[in-house]
Amino acid sequence: MIVYLLCMLLFLIGLYGVLVKRNLIKIIIGLAIMEYSLNLFLALIGYVRGGTVPILSQDLKTSVFVDPLPQALVLTAIVIGLATTALLLAVAIRIYKKYHTFDIREIKRLKG
Amino acid sequence: MDYRLPLFVIIPLGAAFLIPLLAKLFKRAGEWMAVLSLLALSGLAVYFVFLEKGARVYEVGGWRPLDGIPIGIYMVLDGLSIYLLLVINLIGFLSAFYSLSYMKKFTAESLYYTLFMLMIAGMNGLVLSGDIFNLFVFMEIAAIASYALVAFGIEKEELEASFKYQVLGGISSLLILLAIGLLYWQSGTLNLADLADVLRTNSNPVFSLFIQTLLIAGFGLKTAMFPFHAWLPDAHSSAPSPISSMLSGVLIKAIGAYVLMRLFFNIFALSYDIALVLAIIGTLSMVIGVLLAVGQWDFKRLLAYHSISQMGYVVVGVAMGMMILARNGDLQVASLAIAGGLFHLMNHAVFKSLLFLNAGAVEYAVGTRNMKDMGGLADKMPVTAATSLSASMAISGIPPFNGFFSKLIIIIAAVQAGYYVLAFLAVFTSIITLASFLKMQRFTFYNKIKSSWNGTTEVREAPFSMLFSMVVLAVLCLALSLLAIPSVRDAVLTPAVNALLQAGGYGTVILGK
Repeated sequence: MIVYLLCMLLFLIGLYGVLVKRNLIKIIIGLAIMEYSLNLFLALIGYVRGGTVPILSQDLKTSVFVDPLPQALVLTAIVIGLATTALLLAVAIRIYKKYHTFDIREIKRLKG
Repeated sequence: MDYRLPLFVIIPLGAAFLIPLLAKLFKRAGEWMAVLSLLALSGLAVYFVFLEKGARVYEVGGWRPLDGIPIGIYMVLDGLSIYLLLVINLIGFLSAFYSLSYMKKFTAESLYYTLFMLMIAGMNGLVLSGDIFNLFVFMEIAAIASYALVAFGIEKEELEASFKYQVLGGISSLLILLAIGLLYWQSGTLNLADLADVLRTNSNPVFSLFIQTLLIAGFGLKTAMFPFHAWLPDAHSSAPSPISSMLSGVLIKAIGAYVLMRLFFNIFALSYDIALVLAIIGTLSMVIGVLLAVGQWDFKRLLAYHSISQMGYVVVGVAMGMMILARNGDLQVASLAIAGGLFHLMNHAVFKSLLFLNAGAVEYAVGTRNMKDMGGLADKMPVTAATSLSASMAISGIPPFNGFFSKLIIIIAAVQAGYYVLAFLAVFTSIITLASFLKMQRFTFYNKIKSSWNGTTEVREAPFSMLFSMVVLAVLCLALSLLAIPSVRDAVLTPAVNALLQAGGYGTVILGK
């Protein structure tokens, strides 16, 4: 149980970073932390205590396997996360070139 | 197994891959490839709407169900999916055709069409997906393509809007992923049809409520419902105009409203409380969206705020149907409310994309989006003025146009079901909408000519490809009124309504039990 709570805590730390930090790069790091906490959570869902890799073989000693599906989901989620983070960083660098700052208090041309 | 379903994803995805390659060889091949593949997709969607009825399933990779339990990814085409596919591909085709002239002033046109086709592929895949994680992946494809398209102008405003959109979109995606993880934890399956069966038989109500709240927050952010609406006016007004029309007209419906409807009608057991929450959120966005819109002077920003308000109508209509169904009320009234919501979804796609295309044409000619600097454009741009007038009348609910009928159906359903406050607020919103569009018409098209641009630039009517898309959409604004006639409605709208009305029957229909 404690592992799930720590996972939730990590998610909330990421959310705190996104909501409170004023630096574009720190916001992106916050999003990345949220994403990794979710990847961890998905991997935990499939974990079975004492389970082995779910591959059928001749000399099988145990019948307890971990669930392979969440692991496949995590792989996909990591790829999606890579795309979002790369795009965010690309836009952040472009913003820096235009405004010469990462501070969101300086970047506010859109209002209302 | 229907082997034609993956075509809806393969064609745009293949086109997205080929466009940059072709554009290296022949200068205009890429853009024509995008337009022609979208035309083919719209043809395919029209074919499925009128000639092939009934739900059909495609099992990706040929993974047959084992003991009636699906083990592979499903693609499912039912009444609601095909209705959305029709909207996505038709508006997509017209926006791409409009882009042929409009995108001339941008560099890297072939990359624009690549992103455009990726967005279409994502939305088509999402609407067809019968697997909740697969749905998430397609949603991210569409969303990431749209983030990049919003920033396409790479000026200060575009970048800022895109960053805001990406951060909020990222948070909503993560909330949705968390909800999907919890769903899998609870039910041990990701297939929507199987989920529908499992959640109805054994589910922990508290856990289920938590998941549903996460999903409302996640997809509410994607739909830009009231408390989550802050990113929409920036993102939709900063994108290039054809993209604004795709985002406002199609994207918020396909990756937001559609998933909300699908999940809360077909997957979770109908619950009155969730329906009430959705109805309240819908009403608030309807009223607050329009009140925020009235004071805007930026042409596209005004339209973007109206998107929030009009999506409120869609959500209110559908949520009202859900409330009636959950209380075992009159099925006739419930189906009327849902039909009103879905009808308004298509109508909003048509007139809001038309309005954004008009805004693009005006910006193309005058070079500004500030309505205070315009005026008297009706003489110089007669076609743009006429089409924008018809769209304005459609969105404010003036009788012969489509918006009138969908709003009327929603209001009649609200009165019949006894939700008088809701009916009153819907009428009130419609009146404010009319006021704000009268202001828009007056200041852009019918006021005195302003000297600020008159002396410096020669204002001309937009080129052919832009006019063509606008005229087709204006004709659709009138033609869609025909959907109010019962026999026409049965062909297009009723299958979509029935797909929602069957509620948990979705699982049994898809799994063929």
